[in-house]
Amino acid sequence: MQWSSAAEFFAMGGYGLYVWGAYAISAVLIAAEVVALIRRGRTLRAQRGRNPHVQSD
Amino acid sequence: MNWFKYSSPQTFYPLAGKMVPWFMGVAVCLGLIGLYIAFFAAPTDFQQGDAYRIIFIHVPAAWMSMFIYMVMAFWAGIGLAFNTRLSSMMAHALAPTGALMTFIALWTGAFWGRPTWGAWWVWDARLTSELILLFLYLGYLSLVAAIDDPRRADKASAVLALVGAINVPIIYFSVKWWNTLHQGSSISMTRAPSMASIMLAGMLVMVFAFWAYSIAAALMRVRCEILDREHNAAWVRQMEGI
Repeated sequence: MQWSSAAEFFAMGGYGLYVWGAYAISAVLIAAEVVALIRRGRTLRAQRGRNPHVQSD
Repeated sequence: MNWFKYSSPQTFYPLAGKMVPWFMGVAVCLGLIGLYIAFFAAPTDFQQGDAYRIIFIHVPAAWMSMFIYMVMAFWAGIGLAFNTRLSSMMAHALAPTGALMTFIALWTGAFWGRPTWGAWWVWDARLTSELILLFLYLGYLSLVAAIDDPRRADKASAVLALVGAINVPIIYFSVKWWNTLHQGSSISMTRAPSMASIMLAGMLVMVFAFWAYSIAAALMRVRCEILDREHNAAWVRQMEGI
């Protein structure tokens, strides 16, 4: 372990903005994809079999 | 095992549903191990300081962006050649995750380039060809969305995916073919062996985490595609549970 304090860990040797900026956006995007997929699946399963003559997008 | 049994949407739908939690579970476990190595086990780089820690998501995302494209082009090609519905749905399901990986590779690359090169972006062969990959994914998705008839959309988008596949080897070899600012292949890091091996281990663990995640996301999406496209089919309407 090379970090002597939490502040040192978050500072990332002065590169905190870059390291956390890269990781945070990646994490947010991946989480957003998972949430979007779960919600789309739920909606589609709820609609399943209804309105057979209406073309859904 | 008869693999063709699972080539129909009806039989693949429940199989995909069973596989999703496994791949997602593997992705989360490996991701946690990879992040532990990335931030606690791997030491600070003697040249780049802690900025290099971006490598643990940059390289996996960049590899997946290219790999997903090849898999997508493969399924699109199979769909085009054999007229199999599920293959085309699989290609459509992979594209958004591929686009996401490409965006993450570009974004993390910018956040790595700024402290190490002094620029967020340069029109370097590697960066430019990766940007073209993002446009190929977005073009593919737009084309699928723009054509109302799903079977025609499958065929048109498959042609785009196959033609665009030429870009993948260009990205891969760009650091060799042209004089780029982007560093060469990171798999042969010529640093102190003990450092290189723990960094390499962390990176490979993250590659497998991203790989498992991409499979899980693509399977989740292909299930949505199947429900969307087959919602008038008797099996979907009669399906119980799930």
